[in-house]
Amino acid sequence: MIVVEDLHKHFGGFHAVDGASLEIAKGTITGLIGPNGAGKTTLFNVIAGNLPATSGRVTMEGEDITGLTPHELFHKGLLRTFQIAHEFSSMTCRENLMMVPSGQSGETLWNTWFGRRRIANEERALRAKADEVLEFLTIEHLADHKAGQVSGGQKKLLELGRTMMVDAKIVFLDEVGAGVNRTLLNTIGDAIQRLNTERGYTFCMIEHDMDFIGRLCDPVIVMAEGKVLAEGAASDIMQNEAVIEAYLGRGLKNKQKTEAAG
Amino acid sequence: MDLLNAIVAFLNFVFVPGVAYGSQLALGALGVTLIYGILRFSNFAHGDTMAFGAMATILMTWWLQSLGVSLGPLPTALLALPVGIAATALLVLATDRMVYRFYREQKAAPVILVIVSMGVMFMMNGLVRFIIGVDDQRFADGTRFIISARDFKEMTGLREGLTIKSTAALTVVVAIIVVIALFWFLNKTRTGKSMRAFSDNEDLALLSGISPERVVAITWIIVAALATIAGTLYGLDKSFKPFTYFQLLLPIFAAAIVGGLGNPVGAIAGGFVVAFSEVTITYAWKKVAGYVLPAWEPDGLVQLLSTDYKFAVSFAILIVVLLFRPTGLFKGKAV
Repeated sequence: MIVVEDLHKHFGGFHAVDGASLEIAKGTITGLIGPNGAGKTTLFNVIAGNLPATSGRVTMEGEDITGLTPHELFHKGLLRTFQIAHEFSSMTCRENLMMVPSGQSGETLWNTWFGRRRIANEERALRAKADEVLEFLTIEHLADHKAGQVSGGQKKLLELGRTMMVDAKIVFLDEVGAGVNRTLLNTIGDAIQRLNTERGYTFCMIEHDMDFIGRLCDPVIVMAEGKVLAEGAASDIMQNEAVIEAYLGRGLKNKQKTEAAG
Repeated sequence: MDLLNAIVAFLNFVFVPGVAYGSQLALGALGVTLIYGILRFSNFAHGDTMAFGAMATILMTWWLQSLGVSLGPLPTALLALPVGIAATALLVLATDRMVYRFYREQKAAPVILVIVSMGVMFMMNGLVRFIIGVDDQRFADGTRFIISARDFKEMTGLREGLTIKSTAALTVVVAIIVVIALFWFLNKTRTGKSMRAFSDNEDLALLSGISPERVVAITWIIVAALATIAGTLYGLDKSFKPFTYFQLLLPIFAAAIVGGLGNPVGAIAGGFVVAFSEVTITYAWKKVAGYVLPAWEPDGLVQLLSTDYKFAVSFAILIVVLLFRPTGLFKGKAV
């Protein structure tokens, strides 16, 4: 579905992404893990069009999408969420969701004044859909709350909800579980799984919570120092020597070894 | 009786002019604040956009007047306003297409856009002077006063007269209508919500169905309408002279920043704060003081600043706000 070929992103002399190549297969929930500073979020930002690539190529279903703007990618069905949840803080949760779909007739000045009925019909349909999404995410009671005032975890759910307002093909989730309590995390996990099986969404998610990864993701890609270090099933990855080393550092691992030996 | 006279003098020389001037500043500041919120730069060309809009309206008014068209007691300029707005909208859309879009695509820093807008300001400045000249232009017609000082004195028997110019009343009425329409638009329509979304979180707005170029274009059209209305009302109430619009930039920015850049409610409040500060500080309170405390009627004018220094007031407000509360009264974006 998404193929990344030899992608580089340099900030001056710092190579945040340094020749990463990977593939995200259609219909999977692919996990992307790696220690802090491995270049995961930068990779996301480049794929999703928030940052220009220094070199390399990204294709989506065979089509070159390198350097397209986030807006253009949105129309191709590539959506993302942010590590720190973004929301339109002065609008209600329902309005936030209703902002998502494109091509609404209320977008033109002409229709604002002369196409009132058509807009009203569209809005009614959108509203019903937004309510459906809120119910799916078990936050229907927050529909009329200002999005800026709900909890961090609920904002993350709302971000996931945004991807459900349109027919996304692939969704990039940047630490959707970070800073979210256990109950909400389970809700988010269930929602992701259901979207994957029921609606055929492909997911690629950056995550630090290994239980969460183990439960949802197959395969898991490990990044370190801007490169892809390993790829495989979650259980194999967690046993992988190189991965443990990248995560814990050599010193700590030696210490563990000596402790085990002693 | 003296107290009543004092109140009338206050209303006549401070309150009425303050409300009219405040409405004009509020409309100007709304334009600045919308550009700041959505396009993310301080548009220095706004004063001259107002001048251009007023000029287009004046030219149309003169043409209508030459045809003998009039609105009776109301100024003919009201009839010419839509044409002025359309002309200004075309101008700013063309400017955006030719100038600002280039820098947007480069993802230029806001400070670069500010300098670019100064360039645009000088161009518009020249354009307006080239077309209509640098002199004062008169285009007001219709009834001059709703209440004249003499009528008021005869009616009430007071020594002080109250004058309400029809242009001042018109300014306030039009400003109220425009503000209501704008807020309805921003809060209730899909386009208005897209604009708010864009102002709230650009990254997220780009990740949804909102078309950024359309939001930008609609913002410019609305700003052109606000600028033309503000410019024409100011011209009707005072007089039209291109240089005064250039000078208006300072109080308008002071108003937008006092209220909190990017916040429409703040822009309106800021407009009135700046207007009333200016009027109260430059007004000679001798007369009012004389009525209130006849025994101690002061010898001096009791004027804190000469009207020549009225812009110093805006400037002082601007500095104080930037030093102590850079986000403004209503929590705009930090400057």
